[in-house]
Amino acid sequence: MTALAIRDLHVELGQGRRNRTEVVRGISLDLVPWRIQGLAGESGSGKSMTAMAILGLLPAGGTASGSIVLGAADGSGLELVGMAGRGYRAVRGNRIGMVFQDPSASLHPQITIGSQLADGMRAHLGLSRAAARTRAAELLALVRVPDPAEALQKYPHQFSGGQRQRIAIAIALACEPEVLLADEPTTALDVTVQAGILHLLRDLAVQRDLAVLLVTHDLGVMSAIADDVAVMRGGLIVESGSRQQVFQDPQHPYTRELLDAMPDAQDSLVDAPAADSAADHPEETR
Amino acid sequence: MSDQKPVLHVDSLVVEYGGRVAFRAVDGVSFDIAAGEVLALVGESGCGKSSTARAVIGMEKPHAGEVLYRDRPVPPLGMRTRPAALTAIQMVFQDPNSSLNPRIRVGQQIAEGSRAARARGVDTEASSHWLTAVGLSPALENRYPYQLSGGQRQRVAIARALAAKPDLIVADEPISALDASAQASVAAMMRELCVASGAAMLFISHDLSVVRLMADRVAVMYRGRIVESGATPVVWANPVHPYTEALLDAIPHPNGEGVLPAAPASEAPSSWRIDIPEALDRVR
Repeated sequence: MTALAIRDLHVELGQGRRNRTEVVRGISLDLVPWRIQGLAGESGSGKSMTAMAILGLLPAGGTASGSIVLGAADGSGLELVGMAGRGYRAVRGNRIGMVFQDPSASLHPQITIGSQLADGMRAHLGLSRAAARTRAAELLALVRVPDPAEALQKYPHQFSGGQRQRIAIAIALACEPEVLLADEPTTALDVTVQAGILHLLRDLAVQRDLAVLLVTHDLGVMSAIADDVAVMRGGLIVESGSRQQVFQDPQHPYTRELLDAMPDAQDSLVDAPAADSAADHPEETR
Repeated sequence: MSDQKPVLHVDSLVVEYGGRVAFRAVDGVSFDIAAGEVLALVGESGCGKSSTARAVIGMEKPHAGEVLYRDRPVPPLGMRTRPAALTAIQMVFQDPNSSLNPRIRVGQQIAEGSRAARARGVDTEASSHWLTAVGLSPALENRYPYQLSGGQRQRVAIARALAAKPDLIVADEPISALDASAQASVAAMMRELCVASGAAMLFISHDLSVVRLMADRVAVMYRGRIVESGATPVVWANPVHPYTEALLDAIPHPNGEGVLPAAPASEAPSSWRIDIPEALDRVR
């Protein structure tokens, strides 16, 4: 069962006919409910543009070609490539939820959390004001924001960065999407807060039957929660496979380079104090 | 480092912000850095590490306590040019877009650093040398900052600081704007250049895996206080303070095991606030 099937997706950016760059050069990927598909790569590798193409949010002048099918692959699915803006509005935020890097940029600073949660549900699901409000409180409880009823009345600035990202996730889940796109969802957060969000995403994928696309450059995050990993470089997927396979037995030299470049993989540059050299490799002892 | 005088001595530093009800961002922080030594200051956002750095270079006036650079207090930065002697303190900021002048060619900006060194009577190399030192092509000298990528810009900012032949480098999140694959190599380069020139470095980062790589000593800050400090390998192998422990446990490791990092039960357990005297200045 596939929730979203990407086939031979190409994305071109740029204005006019001449200055066009192909940033995604033919990639295929399947998102499956309950599973977290990781998409790794350096900046400029095309990973974020892949997510934007799924959402139909490419920058002005950007075009996508190929196929992105939402729902069943048997022909009853919905082809997203080439869909008009109006049709897309029924998909975005409804059947596909999204979470971005910076929750302070994706939340409206002057609107209460309650209204921001209710907006999507009233528009897409046609809920009444009262019903949307009840569900909004349930959603905040789901993402583990303390005192949901009280939180509905508050504004984004009254929450910490981690809480804001939880709220952004609640908004993404408001309309029971089939697919959740998370583009660097923890990059702006401190490690302790990040750990909490990772637990939440992992639990939600199963609880809410979500197919998750996790775009991140952080291979540690990827290794913690992704089930499958695809590595992008220069607009192409150079390696894909299960998490274990990609991390423990990478086939493509670029994947190996990426893993070796992680500070985690390297030895300390500091001359170890003579006393105990075991301390030099903390991962092994921890 | 024991018998030598430290380059930087910070004693019971307090930094406060705001009006009637002042917010205490730094609450009694003390540390020393010796020549050729890298001290990393780590902690979550809002813990006071940047405020400490700003007080060290004089951008923030300490509310209490003292900051001594080579036994002399660092005067607050004003509108006037700093005395030449103090240009031996150089800063690298997080965001190269705001620290580089958009209208001046990269080579000339690095030359400003060199001029500061010569004003102190210290010999320094040409801009092209420093560009090479930070891993950039000397051909970039004639470019403007907007013609460079974010990573290249940050390398330019580092080159400018190094061109001034600093004695003390204060680097506030110098690598977090860089691509993950470049972070480790730029951090390694900064350490190498600092140790080679015998400068002291205060390195601020929330990225603990990079800190493990390049810092001789580490100080963990939480809510304005240093909760644990000591030799990096010692703190890493055997953290004493519950906050340090939580911080280290929360780092996800790219090993493909699919192990979720430990998340604190609530966002901030009260045990993180306690002072543990044994956790400070650990050597073993």
